[in-house]
Amino acid sequence: MSPDSGAISRDEVAHLARLARLAVTDDELDTFAGQLDVILGSVARVGEVAAEDIPPTSHAVPLENVFRPDELRPGLTQEQALAGAPAAEDGRFRVPRILGEEQ
Amino acid sequence: MSDLIRLSAAELAERIAAKEVSAVEAAQAHLDRIAEVDGAVHAFLHVGTEAALASAALVDEQIAAGQRVSALAGVPLALKDVFTTSDMPTTCGSKILEGWRPPYDATVTTRLRAAGITILGKTNMDEFAMGSSTEHSAYGPTRNPWDLSRIPGGSGGGSAAALAAFEAPLAIGTDTGGSIRQPAAVTGTVGVKPTYGGVSRYGLVACASSLDQGGPCARTVLDAALLHEVIGGHDPLDSTSIDAPVPSVVEAARLGASGDLSGLRVGVVKELGGEGYQPGVRASFDEGLQRLEKLGAEIVEVSCPHFEYGMAAYYLILPSEVSSNLARFDAMRYGLRVQEGASAEEVMALTREAGFGPEVKRRIILGTYALSSGYYDAYYGQAQKVRTLISRDFAAAFAKADVLVSPTAPTTAFPIGEKVDDPLAMYLNDLATIPTNLAGVAGMSVPSGLAAEDGLPVGLQIMAPALGEAVMYRVGAAFEASRVADEGLLIAPEVAK
Amino acid sequence: MNTLVDYPSVVERYEPTLGLEVHVELSTNTKMFCGCPTTFGAEPNTQVCPTCLGLPGSLPVVNRTAVESAIRIGLALNCSIAPWGRFARKNYFYPDMPKNFQTSQYDEPICVDGYMDVTLDDGTVVRVGIERAHMEEDTGKSLHVGGATGRIHGADYSLLDYNRAGVPLIEIVTKMIPDTGGRAPEVARAYVTQLRDLISSLGVSDVRMDQGSMRCDVNLSLSPAGSGVLGTRTETKNVNSLRSVERAVRYEMSRQAGVLDAGGEIVQETRHFEEQSGTTRAGRRKETSEDYRYFPEPDLVPIAPSAEWVEELRGTLPEKPWERRARIQQAWGLSDEELRDLVNAGALDLIEATVAAGAPAGEARSWWVAYLAQQANSRSVELAELPITPAQVARVIALVAAGDLNNKLARQVVDGVLAGEGEPDAVVESRGLKVVSDDGALIAAVDEALAAQPDVADKIRSGKVQAAGAIVGAVMKATKGQADAKRVRELIIERCG
Repeated sequence: MSPDSGAISRDEVAHLARLARLAVTDDELDTFAGQLDVILGSVARVGEVAAEDIPPTSHAVPLENVFRPDELRPGLTQEQALAGAPAAEDGRFRVPRILGEEQ
Repeated sequence: MSDLIRLSAAELAERIAAKEVSAVEAAQAHLDRIAEVDGAVHAFLHVGTEAALASAALVDEQIAAGQRVSALAGVPLALKDVFTTSDMPTTCGSKILEGWRPPYDATVTTRLRAAGITILGKTNMDEFAMGSSTEHSAYGPTRNPWDLSRIPGGSGGGSAAALAAFEAPLAIGTDTGGSIRQPAAVTGTVGVKPTYGGVSRYGLVACASSLDQGGPCARTVLDAALLHEVIGGHDPLDSTSIDAPVPSVVEAARLGASGDLSGLRVGVVKELGGEGYQPGVRASFDEGLQRLEKLGAEIVEVSCPHFEYGMAAYYLILPSEVSSNLARFDAMRYGLRVQEGASAEEVMALTREAGFGPEVKRRIILGTYALSSGYYDAYYGQAQKVRTLISRDFAAAFAKADVLVSPTAPTTAFPIGEKVDDPLAMYLNDLATIPTNLAGVAGMSVPSGLAAEDGLPVGLQIMAPALGEAVMYRVGAAFEASRVADEGLLIAPEVAK
Repeated sequence: MNTLVDYPSVVERYEPTLGLEVHVELSTNTKMFCGCPTTFGAEPNTQVCPTCLGLPGSLPVVNRTAVESAIRIGLALNCSIAPWGRFARKNYFYPDMPKNFQTSQYDEPICVDGYMDVTLDDGTVVRVGIERAHMEEDTGKSLHVGGATGRIHGADYSLLDYNRAGVPLIEIVTKMIPDTGGRAPEVARAYVTQLRDLISSLGVSDVRMDQGSMRCDVNLSLSPAGSGVLGTRTETKNVNSLRSVERAVRYEMSRQAGVLDAGGEIVQETRHFEEQSGTTRAGRRKETSEDYRYFPEPDLVPIAPSAEWVEELRGTLPEKPWERRARIQQAWGLSDEELRDLVNAGALDLIEATVAAGAPAGEARSWWVAYLAQQANSRSVELAELPITPAQVARVIALVAAGDLNNKLARQVVDGVLAGEGEPDAVVESRGLKVVSDDGALIAAVDEALAAQPDVADKIRSGKVQAAGAIVGAVMKATKGQADAKRVRELIIERCG
């Protein structure tokens, strides 16, 4: 898939949606595929810029070595932590059964 | 309309400090105003009446006891619903966070409270700050007080509309690609995007981490400056915040109000303001340049050739960071959870499908794509390089001019519904504002007048180097003083009754 | 069903290539990116904050001590310390990760390109290359409820505790280790053992495999002998002890040989080590291989350790454990076997400390490896867990040297200390264990004993001094062992003329 073409297929959108844990509907897939195709065609312009020797910016303002000391700072109580939980049990967040393995 | 709500924040603060008016009275006047007009404007998602009155009462007590209070004590404020508040919901304009009560306050929230500012409530916004019209809010759009059939800009349309409708004299917004400045332009108010790192992002729900910045919104430049000094400054909880004093923007605003800009060089960015800009917007901009010259500034033309790639770079970097930042909304620990009984993975996917709107989904998918192995170098990687080139363009331009100017937005407020189904058309609203976010420099929008063809507000964008807000405020204040002297304050007719 | 090839046959026809990834949990006071405590065993979700819970709006700030520990580990492994590098986001969804990305390091690890010389039991030295060591954060812990074994398979739901989320981890990755032949399992075990000792000596982690503060993943591939073609590797997780490391390597070699012999292909996959059976089983097959969409962490700024800082940290490195052992071996004149016995008994540190407290090495050693080792065994504890300190042992040795105690009495004193009766001197006092050195009392006892055994007395008189032993015994018995045996013998000879 060359960046110049900017073409993104419906299948690719479906795959990306799965990666991003979005259960998109078929209608959405159709709409998004068309829209994203157009958008990608537009953003692919970045490829026109000659930038081989240009370093990427990840921070607009150059800061380095920002640290904090290894000291305790008050956190949340268990109650506060679980306050917004959709489900909780025994002081823990209760979640539906997990299909995947831990990494 | 009660006189109190027509006052600027500076004027109101003086009266409160002088005990001519109580903070509670000031709060109540604005709460009454909200009750009166917000049904039509829909600037607010949540009004915290009790807490606001209690906060105001506390300020009155302190003043009565002769305690020193801060410069804006007792002044009401509207807070964009993207900052965490432990006593009010924080929804970010999204269904996925409907009713969510954070267990902590954002640093900005804490600083507002410490300054005795009365937080009236949380304002509407495009979902997770993605949009230029506030039409992507899951809770319905906000309407422009200048014409209720039109958008108030976005993503911070709620904050800007609240100001324009006199529901509050102060507001806080966030600006990732223009989300403070563009709403300010289309509502005839003042909005500032500080230098990246100038205002803490702790408690600011992230959209694009390397672009987001909270900033002050008001109806006057001085008010914005006063608010800027309250919220700005280093925060050890934000690794990207700058450890330097807040620029002396209040002093600069007061100096600027004298109206003398002699010796200052104002750079007009060739690449911003040409094709795609509404005639009335360009005309207002040209008038603005003449006004600056009248005030003594030297107008120079500068070229920033990579600005034309700004949109493309932005719409690669933002979605990429968004796709990662919004991954946490997975129904496991807080927020919406759809459908029990299925697996965690299914619940995550169904919840995110139900809880996010189309614009958010589009950007998540786009970002996932741009970061994918095989595409990273061409898209995200390349966009970050273009960003460097844009920064260099700014540096070269600032060698020739003290501030840069452009129209803030290509058009005046467009009708609700006109662009909402055309993402690219919507993105073009950010043409002029995006470069400042990519480079991390400072930018503000001040009203420059009304467009001839539709009588709607137009904004003048003023940009300054990183940590160079002082000169920006000075120019903005001078421009404002001159324009108001000639044309008067801009007051939205629809809700001026 | 896995066909296993017997080990000698595997080694004959295949060459293993080994790789080891070890995760070390740092023993810092607080987490990697926030000030929450890291102590083990707290009530669930009581050691959390907005940052490690990944709440909307939260931000990370790097723990300086964690960075120092990472650098020290790298230096101890002869790595180069990167002069500049960033954290990166590793994006994937899993409920034990609050942000659904892990803040880690990707292509800019803080330590690169080192080595550790691993000594096997027979003295062979293998230089294991270290590819990299980098910083990352740990995940929360899940409890799976409803299934038969508490395992994830067949569970109805899971319970999440995020106390551990955000605890600092250092991941250490070896370069590929070729040419180990049949000794691969041994090499793997020796590497992990030695790495553990090294990191333990730095004081940066408890490195307890049984507690999860040190975790090991084993990578293994086989290539047909002499082919020069690298095989496909598998990764085996859940290897929770040194013995398991060895068993996992051995099993995988046999299993993979079985697959290859049958003409099959090795699947590149993650496998799980099963403690009970010493086998590995395949993990859940994933739909697609994971694309982590790494990009530099925008909420953090680069880490750029200065050369001065690195040198300062280098100065804090202790002697390497194996260098220390070599030094001790020489200083104490130990054979390799003697040294190994000491190390295995966990006695080395204790003996060294006893020597440091003033005791001669030989005495110190003999106390710890003989009497104290017996005591430890009978109580079923480790030597280090005995309730007696090296300083106390040194004191006892000193008392013997001064003649205040003999060996038998000394053991009683040690018993007293172990029983919690106090310091050695106090025990001597309270139990009245001092050696009787008063000749008068001794002479009386000697005479009595001689009188009681006239034929022995005759033998002594006739020159058979060895016979004195029986009299010595009798006197010792009479004095409850508190006589100085040497003096008693002298007196006996004297008294017998």
